[in-house]
Amino acid sequence: MPKASTKKSEKQIEELSYEEALAELEGIVESLEDGQSPLEDSMKLFERGQALAVYCGSLLESAQLKVQKLAGEAMVPFEEESE
Amino acid sequence: MVSNSLLVTRRSLFSPMQPSLFSSIHLTVSQITFHIRKQLENDPTLQDVWVEGEISNFSRPASGHIYFTLKDKSASLRCVMWKTDAARLRLALRDGMAVEAHGRIAVYEPQGQYQLVANIIQPRGEGALYQEFLRLKSMLEAEGLFDEERKRPIPALPRVIGIVTSATGAALRDMLNTLRRRLPLAQVILAPSPVQGVEAPPALVNALASLNKQSPDVVLLARGGGSIEDLWAFNDERVVRAVAGSAAPVICGVGHETDFTLCDFAADLRAPTPTAAAELATQTTLDDLQELLVSYSARLSSSLLNLVAEQKTYTSALVSRLKYVSPERRIQSEYQHLDGLVRRSLSALNHRIELQSRHVDGVSRRLLSLNPEAVLSRGYAIVTRKEDGAVVSSVQRAEGQMRVRVSDGEFDVTRDA
Repeated sequence: MPKASTKKSEKQIEELSYEEALAELEGIVESLEDGQSPLEDSMKLFERGQALAVYCGSLLESAQLKVQKLAGEAMVPFEEESE
Repeated sequence: MVSNSLLVTRRSLFSPMQPSLFSSIHLTVSQITFHIRKQLENDPTLQDVWVEGEISNFSRPASGHIYFTLKDKSASLRCVMWKTDAARLRLALRDGMAVEAHGRIAVYEPQGQYQLVANIIQPRGEGALYQEFLRLKSMLEAEGLFDEERKRPIPALPRVIGIVTSATGAALRDMLNTLRRRLPLAQVILAPSPVQGVEAPPALVNALASLNKQSPDVVLLARGGGSIEDLWAFNDERVVRAVAGSAAPVICGVGHETDFTLCDFAADLRAPTPTAAAELATQTTLDDLQELLVSYSARLSSSLLNLVAEQKTYTSALVSRLKYVSPERRIQSEYQHLDGLVRRSLSALNHRIELQSRHVDGVSRRLLSLNPEAVLSRGYAIVTRKEDGAVVSSVQRAEGQMRVRVSDGEFDVTRDA
């Protein structure tokens, strides 16, 4: 899976699921628009927001539907028959 | 017109074996046909009847009306279905098909034929199934299983999508294609199950149960189109109850748009087809997410710009206020005071120095006037005893060898005895 180049300091971001990253980005945008945080915090929020946006974008670019099949209690990859 | 009672009365008077040439009943073909027609049309049984049989001689001419014959082992019945009813047919009729036709018996007078004018045709057995369907439906409805308040919202952006369907059907392929196109971020868990036949209901119940253990965000229960018997598993009470009891919200997409199963009623959302079920499960698509991301990025940038602009405005306002309350003036006056002090101390110092130097001048002058050398030049001499260097300032002290110092040198003298 090709990944957009991201810095080491953003490693925590890469551990997020898309939904988590998007939710955090949404929160950051709202908090910035609210304008209540100190400027320095806002700069940090902005940087994190940008990193999250890049990360979400890369996930969207590379997304591939993952299909698994339940076999009893276990999950196995599901191979579709070719048409 | 010949009355019913008259005909019956007359017929009973004559032996069927020996028709009387003198019968008083003489009717035209039209009259007798009309009479037969009235007989049939006045019989309520014949006017609202289901007839079971096998289709033969099926034809559908350009008029759009449908003509066929229903037959069983020992009899046949000519049938017609008018265009308007034919348009509502759910199944494609063909010869050999076992059906139930509903309609009324009528007479086609030009050919002296009676026929069934059908308005509903369905596969044989459907009537009984439908009765069972209605019974179960009203029972479960009374239990509240189909209540609107029970319906849960479908998550707008599901992460895990469960699918219960046949692993080999076109329905699965359609759904996967739809999900792949609309939301490839999703993870799909398939719980395969037969979707028709006697083994289908318990297998569907099990599949739903094991799928729910994986806590999917939404479950698609689906099956492609088929006859009502094919779809019957989705009217099974066990399956319907399992759908209603599913921990994850269920979207039911069984058959075609016109098919309704009890699972449709029990599900949180009904989809007309499996593909539509996959679409309803992905209300937020990849395109939406990309748009959302773009707008978030834009808002992120503009919010920061706004913030910086706000901070600038605020800061410059503070600077003006600061200037207004600034102690600058006081500092200036302090400076002035300080300067004055410095000036005063400097001049005091200078004064002292001047006084001191004048004093030094006076002292120097006095010192100069006291210099014995200066006196010598005026002709005085200093006489000292050679023996001890004491100055001879009186006659008593002048004794022995003495030295006389004058302005330009010295010489020794001795006092005469």
